[in-house]
Amino acid sequence: MSEKGIGSSVRRSEDQRFLTGKGHYVDDMNRPGQAHAAFVRSPHAHARVKMVDTSAARKAPGVIAIFTGSDVAADKLGGLICGWTVKDKNGDPHKAPAHPILAKDKVRYVGDHVAVVIAETQAQARDAAEKVDVDYEVLQANIDTAKATKGAVVHDDAPGNLCYDWELGDRAAVDGIIKNAHHVTRIDLVNNRLIPNAMEPRAAIGEYDSGTGHYTCYSTSQNPHVLRLILCAFIMGVPEHKMRVVSPDVGGGFGSKIFCYAEEVVCTWAAKKIDRPVKWTADRSESFLSDAHGRDHVTHAELAMDKDGKFLALKVETIANMGAYLSTFATCVPTYLYATLLAGQYTTPVIFANVKAVFTNTAPVDAYRGAGRPEATYVIERIVECAAREMKINPVELRRRNFIKPDQFPYQTPVALQYDSGNYGQALDAALKMSDYNSFETRRAEAAKRGKLRGIGVSAYIEACGIAPSAVVGSLGAGVGLWESAQIRLNPTGSCQILTGSHSHGQGHETTFAQVVHEHLGIPYESIDVVHGDTALVPFGMGTYGSRSIAVGGSAIVRAADKIIEKGKKIAAHLLEASIDDITFKGGEYRVAGTDKVKTIGEIAFAAYVPHNYPADVEPGLDETAFYDPANFTYPAGIHICEVEVDPDTGRTVIVNWTAIDDFGKVINPLIVEGQVHGGVAQGIGQAMLEGCVYDNDSGQLVTGSYMDYCMPRADDLPSLKVGMTETPCPHNPLGVKGCGEAGAIAAPPAIINAITDALGVMHLDMPATPEKVWRIAQQNRPAAAAE
Amino acid sequence: MPTVSMTVNGKSVSADVENRTLLVHFLREKLALTGTHVGCDTSQCGACVVHFNGKSAKSCTILAVQAEGAQVTTIEGLAKNGELHPMQAAFKENHGLQCGFCTPGMVMSAVDLVKNNANPSEQEIRDWLEGNICRCTGYHNIVKAIAAGAKAMGR
Amino acid sequence: MYNFNFHRPNSVADASKALAGGEEARPLAGGMTLLPTMKQRLSQPSDLVDLSQIAELQGIKASGNGLIIGAMTRHADVAHSAEVKATIPALAALAEGIGDPQVRNRGTIGGSLANNDPAADYPGAVLGLGATIHTNKRKIAGDDFFKGLFETALEPGEIITAVEFPKPEKAAYAKFPHPASRFSLTGVFVAKLSSGVRVAATGAGPCVFRVKAMEEALAKNFSADAVAGLNVPATGLNSDIHGSAEYRAHLVTVMAKRAVAACR
Repeated sequence: MSEKGIGSSVRRSEDQRFLTGKGHYVDDMNRPGQAHAAFVRSPHAHARVKMVDTSAARKAPGVIAIFTGSDVAADKLGGLICGWTVKDKNGDPHKAPAHPILAKDKVRYVGDHVAVVIAETQAQARDAAEKVDVDYEVLQANIDTAKATKGAVVHDDAPGNLCYDWELGDRAAVDGIIKNAHHVTRIDLVNNRLIPNAMEPRAAIGEYDSGTGHYTCYSTSQNPHVLRLILCAFIMGVPEHKMRVVSPDVGGGFGSKIFCYAEEVVCTWAAKKIDRPVKWTADRSESFLSDAHGRDHVTHAELAMDKDGKFLALKVETIANMGAYLSTFATCVPTYLYATLLAGQYTTPVIFANVKAVFTNTAPVDAYRGAGRPEATYVIERIVECAAREMKINPVELRRRNFIKPDQFPYQTPVALQYDSGNYGQALDAALKMSDYNSFETRRAEAAKRGKLRGIGVSAYIEACGIAPSAVVGSLGAGVGLWESAQIRLNPTGSCQILTGSHSHGQGHETTFAQVVHEHLGIPYESIDVVHGDTALVPFGMGTYGSRSIAVGGSAIVRAADKIIEKGKKIAAHLLEASIDDITFKGGEYRVAGTDKVKTIGEIAFAAYVPHNYPADVEPGLDETAFYDPANFTYPAGIHICEVEVDPDTGRTVIVNWTAIDDFGKVINPLIVEGQVHGGVAQGIGQAMLEGCVYDNDSGQLVTGSYMDYCMPRADDLPSLKVGMTETPCPHNPLGVKGCGEAGAIAAPPAIINAITDALGVMHLDMPATPEKVWRIAQQNRPAAAAE
Repeated sequence: MPTVSMTVNGKSVSADVENRTLLVHFLREKLALTGTHVGCDTSQCGACVVHFNGKSAKSCTILAVQAEGAQVTTIEGLAKNGELHPMQAAFKENHGLQCGFCTPGMVMSAVDLVKNNANPSEQEIRDWLEGNICRCTGYHNIVKAIAAGAKAMGR
Repeated sequence: MYNFNFHRPNSVADASKALAGGEEARPLAGGMTLLPTMKQRLSQPSDLVDLSQIAELQGIKASGNGLIIGAMTRHADVAHSAEVKATIPALAALAEGIGDPQVRNRGTIGGSLANNDPAADYPGAVLGLGATIHTNKRKIAGDDFFKGLFETALEPGEIITAVEFPKPEKAAYAKFPHPASRFSLTGVFVAKLSSGVRVAATGAGPCVFRVKAMEEALAKNFSADAVAGLNVPATGLNSDIHGSAEYRAHLVTVMAKRAVAACR
């Protein structure tokens, strides 16, 4: 291994600019002549818009223009789209109510966009936005996920607020097994709604060049080409070659920046209307209201077992909240990214899932770190834990009995996926050892002497990453292919650029991808740059989400490198006066096998660009592009173990020990991968203990609309984390990689709730496990004599 | 509009501002020092932390006019002669940053911690970071970086 | 934020004049609450009067047996003051626990008290120690200062100049922080003074309040056990998604026990 090659913890190239304040985020950019936009947002969860009076606002200082839903309609802008069609159990496509760029007749959640004010300064735009007078007729709000089908109608074209009623598997078969099983464990749980909170608020600058007819949209996007496609083909009716989308440094996404939002559309559209660049940056309060939220499931599940605890069947019924409108990929999250994962790491032979997606008067809900897979893992690992307690089988032992064994791969689950590789027992053994699981009872007894309740919880998770084979997702309703592109452009003097369709917003692609090319082409790491995030520079790409960048984007890079190597062989054969069959390539050198005749890849690149002595049948230049469409998903899996101590007097819960053993296949940069685990676990701990989006059920107001009420994980909420890895390479991609970005957020929540319920001696507790909730249970379960 | 003058990263600067202009906007918009970020509007996230008269402070909660005559250091003023400050170097060495958005505030806060406490424990570091929110790292490597940075600053 | 007129006086007298001059003029101390409120456009003062340049509002000095702390003294300066640590260590510890380090570097004792946020820490110390508020017009006993939710005895244009704290025999503050805001969900300040025992609870109710039953019990027997069985009624206490009134009432007892146990 080279010290900068695959497997090496290379320190990140991007850090220099971030550490010195030289990053380039969208809000850091200013365009000549730019104006500023402020949005008028609905203060009501559900209301009819009777009139929008902009006359006073138009007279306010600095105001350039004000646009409303009527202007959007007059310009025939399309609405925001949902790009994945999910078919109802009857075969009908999901209900897709119109999602206008600016609301015209009705507003459907607090924060819904009603108008935009464009002014010389941001402060003037905001001052004037307050003067826009909107006459609302307030309607009953429909908020509660569980009761949504019986609540006020959000869209007239979605009766009963049902977006779809979807099924996977054979209900009758599962019901039959459950009816006759030795034991059935049942659980009702809520997967709490979360607000993603990337630290960089969303921002956009729209620009229009009336000389060329070109638009540019600078946006905080995780996938600039997909944004361009939606902007052009579905909303603005502009050909793609007339639109450039630039996503420079982006300050975290976690899913929330995948989607096409109204604000970036408005800035781009308005730039032409006023013939000036238009900039908008969310403040955090706007982010809370208008970023797509995550999770929000209400689930009932049943697990049937035989007398030995062997899983026989699993039945899962979920209501999933879509919010007021369908966000870009909302429909696939609680179906194809959720129900298809319900086998977990287990051999459960029969599984049935029913998912009812509902509309409510809340912000749209879409993918958030893990997207469906945390919800699936939470159902499985909670019900397995409860089953172990009911059956009085050690929870580790129950899991082990039901694991898919290493010799069963590839393993076809009953819920459509075929797992490629894994060794779950090995990861479990490693985690038990690292967490010192076997001596836990000693620690519990010691804690009891100090008046603390100690508990331990295990989570065995699996996820489907590296999304995804285009034909497969196409057959399931996706409106796009999910391949990735890469271009490797060697320069005459031997340095190179990697142009990737993946997008880095914290993942460290500039380092990891350079390591891959350094390893494959032998070009010095320092001579490699990574270019991403600009549709004018990089080939059409699908962007970064679903832990896909290394598995799909990295594979495309390897394919492009292979093409470089092959072309270089032809040039080397010519220069070295040998047969191409005798040319070998290794470590950046072309050699004639069995001789000391050698040409470096730098020399080959020079020859390719200065082709004075050059093979006649080879094109000049050394610049290759590859598109990689994966053969399957990848299946990272692992075991996380959480140990907590509860203070029964206050309900305060402290995580005292965290162990993570993950199998991500081959690892390119262990330092970066561990960092991804840390961050994912922190978000999982946030979901389980701290975070919960709350809307008032009557008024529909967002109660958790700032960091004063929405509890973000802080340094003193979190433990130091013990992270280890096992490795079963992915057999179907050239790097053997599986992806690591979402694992922690998927694994963590059930590990924590399993630990807290173990400490408290109860079966279940809904997330987030706030001090008051924990205290109430601790009070109920406390021996009377010890009560305060 | 009043004119405000102060010293930023060792240089005297002045500009016309509205009374309502926040220090962070003065730095970003008047001085083009865009390393100082805005991540919230409730003075909690700490992406905007600078040193104000030698102590860490949230530049989103100081008016530019309050900074008349003040000494301000931003993330751009930390590295000297092209050499990363030991705390910056420790963040890089320990992978204490991912998306980089909270990083300037984290580093400025960390440097102030070490000024107050040359050898902070893990718990002291975690407690100090109450006013700096990171969504990427889980703080694990930030805490490691600050401990290492403190050691390096002591050398 | 709405725009406003800005004043930066050098004396309390000039500050007072500036406050009288604006229709909705407000003093600006540390700004840690006022500026965020203005950023959210929830407050629209006509004038801000910056008190930071007024020398007479600065500094910590001994006063008889106790301390006089200037109104513009920052939380960090109270927390790190050798004088405060020696005289009333519980007060230094309380200041060290307010907000975050950056808030402590800017926020002031006078600003905190004038704002009287129900979840602020300093009101607990003022009521718990029986401190006296000095203003440009008079001296106000701590017991008479806090009038209700964000309400104090201050009259329009009246400026806090200092706070005078008596030295207790022993005292401590125990706080259960609000998980999100990190203000006090419930905090209890306990002090044993020559004049008797005082117990003040902050965060729990709409305004800081004394817990007389605990004071009486501790006067007879100054031990954690003495307050363990005493509960404040939940009626009228604050309630939000992070803590019901019932939970806060319970925490008053728990924090009181912990404060008594920590008294030194």
